[in-house]
Amino acid sequence: MTQPTPADPYDSTDLPTGPGAAAILAAGVGAMAVGLLSFAVDVMPGLKTAFAVWKASGPLSGVSSLAVIVWLAAWLVLHSIWRRRNVGMSRVNAAAFVMLAAGLLLTFPPFVDLLQGK
Amino acid sequence: MELSLRDIVTMVHGMGFGVLFLLAFSGAIGVIYATAAAGERWAATSGHIKMFRFYLITMTGLAWLTVLSGTYLVYPWYRAKPPAGTTDLTGYPQRLLLSKPLTAGWHSFGMEWKEHVSWLTPIAMTMVAYVFITYGPQIARHKQMRNAVLGFTAAAFFATAVAGGFGAILDARAPVQGGSVVVLAGPK
Repeated sequence: MTQPTPADPYDSTDLPTGPGAAAILAAGVGAMAVGLLSFAVDVMPGLKTAFAVWKASGPLSGVSSLAVIVWLAAWLVLHSIWRRRNVGMSRVNAAAFVMLAAGLLLTFPPFVDLLQGK
Repeated sequence: MELSLRDIVTMVHGMGFGVLFLLAFSGAIGVIYATAAAGERWAATSGHIKMFRFYLITMTGLAWLTVLSGTYLVYPWYRAKPPAGTTDLTGYPQRLLLSKPLTAGWHSFGMEWKEHVSWLTPIAMTMVAYVFITYGPQIARHKQMRNAVLGFTAAAFFATAVAGGFGAILDARAPVQGGSVVVLAGPK
């Protein structure tokens, strides 16, 4: 039976946790942005026109585009700050999962209705 | 036997990109779980790592293709407004669903949830692919990072299952159809 060979050449150099932490936290920010923006459009019907950046798709085009921009901007900023650092992953994970859960909940129509007292 | 252009595009969006992406989840979760279970003892060959990178990049690409084709190709047909006085709402799925109290919920609950929650998937999977590609075998030494990757992959699976499930039901209740017709086989 052959033994697995050592994998990649860069495996010999430990990367700091910063780049991974930045990607994880930014994904949480992106997930929450999707939820918050869709909730905002639901609560404030006046935003529907403003968010219809592509008329055929309506407000969904603005919600998704802006959420992607927020996510990428957060990733860029966090990456530039943390790229050479070791970051405490427990706090990053906690924040990312809280934002992910918020994003999931804020896209769930019954929860959105509950928040609006419907 | 014929199909409309909208039928074909909807099928490519759902059965092509979406279902392929859902099918790929089991493999991704399997490998990520294997790294979590083995921890620092996880040993993979260079070939395995390259294969898994390719696998994750393909999955991420499928996730983006699914939401982009859904948002910018299929959704406009779904939400098209009929001209005043239209009584046959067959070509206007959203209006067709909203026209009856018993089907309105498929839009106000199903589509409203699906159209937003599905956007969490490409964001989550891009992160998962980036972390795996950046850290490679080193991921085995970062338990917290693995947990985050596994958690976001599970959330992406959930979001895709919701979107896919409602997509299938919505298309059965009020199919997106119309446009030019492609004849697959003529009459005998």
